[in-house]
Amino acid sequence: MRDVPVPPAPIALLAELTHRCPLSCPYCSNPLELTAREAELDTATWARVFAEAADLGVLQLHLSGGEPASRRDLEELVAAARAAGLYVNLITSGIGLTEARLGALEEAGLDHVQLSLQGVRAGIADRIGGYRGGFDRKMEVARAVVARGLPLTLNAVMHRQNMDDLAETLEMAHAMGARRIEVACVQFYGWALRNREALLPTRAQVEEAKRTVAAAVRDYRGRMAIDFVPPDYYADYPKACMGGWGSTGLNVAPDGTVLPCHAAGTIPSLRFQKVTEAPLSEIWTHGPAFKAFRGHDWMSEPCRSCDRRDIDHGGCRCQAMALAGDPAATDPVCRFSPHRALVDATLEALPKEKLPEMAYRR
Amino acid sequence: MSDPVVRMPRGVRLHDDRVRGLPVLLGPERALMLDEIGQAILSELGTGMRLSVLIDRLAKRYAAPRDEIADDVREFLDNLQVQRLLDYADA
Ligand code: SF4
Repeated sequence: MRDVPVPPAPIALLAELTHRCPLSCPYCSNPLELTAREAELDTATWARVFAEAADLGVLQLHLSGGEPASRRDLEELVAAARAAGLYVNLITSGIGLTEARLGALEEAGLDHVQLSLQGVRAGIADRIGGYRGGFDRKMEVARAVVARGLPLTLNAVMHRQNMDDLAETLEMAHAMGARRIEVACVQFYGWALRNREALLPTRAQVEEAKRTVAAAVRDYRGRMAIDFVPPDYYADYPKACMGGWGSTGLNVAPDGTVLPCHAAGTIPSLRFQKVTEAPLSEIWTHGPAFKAFRGHDWMSEPCRSCDRRDIDHGGCRCQAMALAGDPAATDPVCRFSPHRALVDATLEALPKEKLPEMAYRR
Repeated sequence: MSDPVVRMPRGVRLHDDRVRGLPVLLGPERALMLDEIGQAILSELGTGMRLSVLIDRLAKRYAAPRDEIADDVREFLDNLQVQRLLDYADA
């Protein structure tokens, strides 16, 4: 048996502090089985994980959920992360962030706020988020964040039912003082997969969105940074998921399970470890789930001999699992994949007009 | 060429990456590993100053002809400004 070379140090840690969330978005990418509050890691354990992550080489910490503000110790967690030397980004819906809490978070050293946006107007935003008054609350939070001088990124989650509002969304982001906007197209893992018919945009919408973004990148140059990844179902090649499995980042779920990516729990053959069972460096370097798809050895054809294999790393393992039933298969969105027909059939079968009812995450 | 005041905004900071042994610029969703030139420019910049002053100081510190470095410095800063990792004021 030969030894696997030591992987490069990870750059980012996504800490899913809790699965509790006041919203019930139909595209929620959290697992079907949510972790109960009682099983969540406590403050001291998270603080230890942050310190271990920094020692391992992590630079960026994303505090996520669920809604991270559902954790009463969020301020303490931010302080612990800053003390460890991490750059602390809060990914939030804004619900639960009162003026007082924002002040405390700022005091604790929060670096950046990323606010999710379900829609550009109250009607659609509250319908998608499943939370009346959520939009107005969010706008107040955005104003409060900007007024404090904290940098704000708006994360606009786009799909068939709001993609036509993209130009308006970009305008709103700039008007509210966001330094960045991420135009994120819904990805179909976990809960979202069951609402795919109602959420997957049409080809015409995607083409229009690309034109809108190209124009906005010119118009807002120097005033607002724009990140946009078009939905991969319409692409020829898959996304370079996570920059390659187990190469740049890791996720810690609310109960301390360490995952190579947010959706890795959907792959039944993987065996995961918890931060309470082994040091993070041990899990990162030798954990079976991290080693499973690192490098090229796991690949089969067509990826194995493809000259793009160092560019996209064969795409997304979770998407291969979800669509082809095999986590080691070529990502089915790839034009060379023997399963590409599955993706094309899904696109063909998209409803022309009336969209099916969505199942909300409750 | 305009002569803006260049500022490192809140939420962007230099970090000494002890694991990789490199200086890094940290910002929203960004961790840019800096080469020697990048580090020289940003450490001289500190929290901010006028572009012309920054170029003067760099020229002096590295005993380099001002005209030769001016374009490179501007290009480096422009690239960060577009990503909103730096701010220009009074341009
Ligand atoms: S065959 Fe594999 S490596 Fe080649 S483009 Fe497709 S997914 Fe990427």
